Amino acid sequence: MNKMTFLLYACFLSFIGLLSLFSCKSFAEGKILATPGVSQIEGAGGGGIVPWAQLAGYATEESIAVSGACGRVTVNDFSLNTCGLQANFYDRIELSYAKQTFAVNPLKLDLKQSIMGAKIKLFGDLVYSDSPQISLGVQAKKLTTSEVAFSLGAEKDTGTDVYLAVSKLHLGFINGYNWLWNITARHTESNQIGLLGFGGAHNSKSIQLEASTAVLLNRHLAVGVEYRQKPDNLNLGENRWKDVFVAWFPNKHVSITFAYVDLGRIAAIDKQTGWYLSTMWYL
Amino acid sequence: MKISLKYSVLLILLLLSCLSCSSSRNHQGETKDEQTNNSLYVKMGEQAALDKVVENLINIIGRDDVIFPHFANSNVSYFRKNLTLFLCDIVDGPCQYSGDTMQDIHRGMHINKNQFNHFVELFIEAMDVSGISYPIQNELLARLAPLRKKIISI
Repeated sequence: MNKMTFLLYACFLSFIGLLSLFSCKSFAEGKILATPGVSQIEGAGGGGIVPWAQLAGYATEESIAVSGACGRVTVNDFSLNTCGLQANFYDRIELSYAKQTFAVNPLKLDLKQSIMGAKIKLFGDLVYSDSPQISLGVQAKKLTTSEVAFSLGAEKDTGTDVYLAVSKLHLGFINGYNWLWNITARHTESNQIGLLGFGGAHNSKSIQLEASTAVLLNRHLAVGVEYRQKPDNLNLGENRWKDVFVAWFPNKHVSITFAYVDLGRIAAIDKQTGWYLSTMWYL
Repeated sequence: MKISLKYSVLLILLLLSCLSCSSSRNHQGETKDEQTNNSLYVKMGEQAALDKVVENLINIIGRDDVIFPHFANSNVSYFRKNLTLFLCDIVDGPCQYSGDTMQDIHRGMHINKNQFNHFVELFIEAMDVSGISYPIQNELLARLAPLRKKIISI
């Protein structure tokens, strides 16, 4: 996809957002607008790159929520398209599925991965309890195009990440503005989240830390930063991902996230910075 | 790798330190008058603002299919007077709420989380209509949020 298509895509999404802003009033039930966050790049409820303790969508203990999201990351030598679906059962269990296509521009080829996710809320409530909300999640990943991963030294084309996420939203905490923080610990052997396979000669399973923080500037607009540590199993200098994001929630049916991302070093190519755009729909 | 680890440890420490100072924000040692002077009560616009919020809330509840059945048998003027007093007290205004506890009022109503959250949204709408700014709304919600565990599922 070139820049023009990207722009068209962006305009189309903004148009849908505007349309829904005027066409429907917020749903009569569920959580406060924006508090569940969006869909992260592997399909789980969270920020852009980090899964959060919140489950996707606005379901509460008495309801089920279904949502879907598509996003695109474009950095200097790579791009990643992701589409995912989430189902939130009674704000207790989240099931998700995501498909990723990773375009490796120097080799002119695409790598494809699919991710099944599940997350269970252990305890706490993001907004209303004194303690943070804590959830345990799992992401089972399958790389369907594995030649590149194996040639770089990956051991497997499947892998499973397990993570514990802790999140809290403090109402009115910063001069009256709501403040959210999240910390996630992930047990993983994924190389570049699995797009370059799993495991390698240099290292095996390890625990990596991820964190996000955001402030709600008003009911509809959140700005924040994210950080995600990654292992370097292939000895290619793989390092952290980070981003600065703006998320817009015109209503409870759609959200749009835009971010500047720094993906560090990918497959020994330095300085992979660029842009992220994602949109999410909630039934 | 080492740098990124240090970075994340720092970030976590920073988050935790922010968390630890958030927990206690009481006004012990001050008299009620001293509290009132720079209180949320003053910031939100004193009695006139409280009256407006409660009046708008009553109108909004009256139009709401989900919540109204819970209020169908309530005495509106009693509700108006007591809710105003309750809010005035909670925002450190010059009043003392001495009515029934939140548990007593909601016992037997079996309010679920959907209904509670929906009520929060109606309350936000009432504050919006009353011209309460977003940061002041959040500060008030922060004081009301801990009440949820006393209100739902009893």
